[in-house]
Amino acid sequence: MRSIGANPGRSGHQLSIEAGRILIEAREALAELFGIDDPLRICFTRNATESLNIAINGMLQPGDHCITTSMEHNSVMRPLRALEKKGVELTIIPCSLQGELNPREIEKAIQKNTRLIVTTHASNIVGTLMAVAEVGEIARAHGIPYCIDAAQTAGAYPIDVDAMKIDLLAFTGHKSLYGPQGTGGLYIREGVEEKLEPLMRGGTGSRSESQEQPDFMPDKYESGTPNTVGIAGLGAGVRFCRAQGVAHIRAKEEGLTRMLIEGLQGIPGVLVHGCGDATRQVAICSFTMSDLSPSEITMELDEEFGIMSRPGLHCAPAAHQTVGTSPQGTVRLSAGYFTTEEEIAVAIEAVRKIAARSHKEG
Amino acid sequence: MVKDKQANSYGVVLFHSTSGALMAEKLLKKEGIEYKLIPVPRHLSSDCGVCIRFSSQDESLVRKILADKVEVQSFCTL
Repeated sequence: MRSIGANPGRSGHQLSIEAGRILIEAREALAELFGIDDPLRICFTRNATESLNIAINGMLQPGDHCITTSMEHNSVMRPLRALEKKGVELTIIPCSLQGELNPREIEKAIQKNTRLIVTTHASNIVGTLMAVAEVGEIARAHGIPYCIDAAQTAGAYPIDVDAMKIDLLAFTGHKSLYGPQGTGGLYIREGVEEKLEPLMRGGTGSRSESQEQPDFMPDKYESGTPNTVGIAGLGAGVRFCRAQGVAHIRAKEEGLTRMLIEGLQGIPGVLVHGCGDATRQVAICSFTMSDLSPSEITMELDEEFGIMSRPGLHCAPAAHQTVGTSPQGTVRLSAGYFTTEEEIAVAIEAVRKIAARSHKEG
Repeated sequence: MVKDKQANSYGVVLFHSTSGALMAEKLLKKEGIEYKLIPVPRHLSSDCGVCIRFSSQDESLVRKILADKVEVQSFCTL
């Protein structure tokens, strides 16, 4: 920040160009990670929520129809519910108790006025992976743009926008891409931007003679001074992912997830939610106990064992209704690439102690 | 010779955005082309970004390198 604190793309001086190069290098690393041919198809945002808001609000007009699933986070559900009040038609496909989506149900829900299909790539409460390639196939065959919420998967699970037929890919920088908070992005497939209104308009350093927003990527969706400092960190995080290899990261996290699921399933009084199969989910594990509320479990894990978990509804009330854990929610434990088997073992033992104690008290 | 006459003349390539200019810069650097990033001359465009200046004799090469890789706004002679 001290050496290149200039505004990228606003002038021709050396520091401005150097700041611009930081953005380009992060774009290139992300493009390689997601199999995107042209790095300029990626626009930077603050987080997956902003990316999803651009995709959802930019694509849908009153009278349009949108299909989504019952496993969505509020970053998808709330923008859609707000649009519903303005006359956008909404179909929410119910998923199974394990959080799984039947892609045929998506196809059956398609109408003449369907303008967008949006699904999560993996549930943020139970980790279950969605059949995105199958949904992508269906969406492309019907000529409907398909948007994926990759908050839980970008960097942790292989993503190829061409193979999965993704038109809009929303990701955050601060989870498995190992970037700082306040960074994220949206990939927009060529041609889709013609139908996608920007959320904000303003200065872009391009077409300065015009008082109209530019219509080309990425400037159409990148108004105002970007978070260059944050994106420098995001670029470094993505290069780390690429150096380790997503397949390698995935294999490690899958092993930790399997250990966590099996360990928790073996504790009397503990119920593990979701599909219970590490190969079909990301490194998230949600559980409940019959005698203790999620917030009590989380507090004991934190105070007595120094283990951080998140209790409650995880900003996904519809998803908790789907997997049968509403309204009290669950305790969610998440593993990452830096988590060790020893840490997982300690977490399982801690849950075992809490469960045994509450059972005795109960 | 025609070549001598062009030795000191420059061409510039303009882009829609600075991102485009920087993408193009990478490609030219990789191919060993001599270039300079310069602020867009006011008489060519009102954009506040940068463009790439190159020696006129390299124009066809520059066009070939950038073709289908980066969206170019226009080529101009300085």
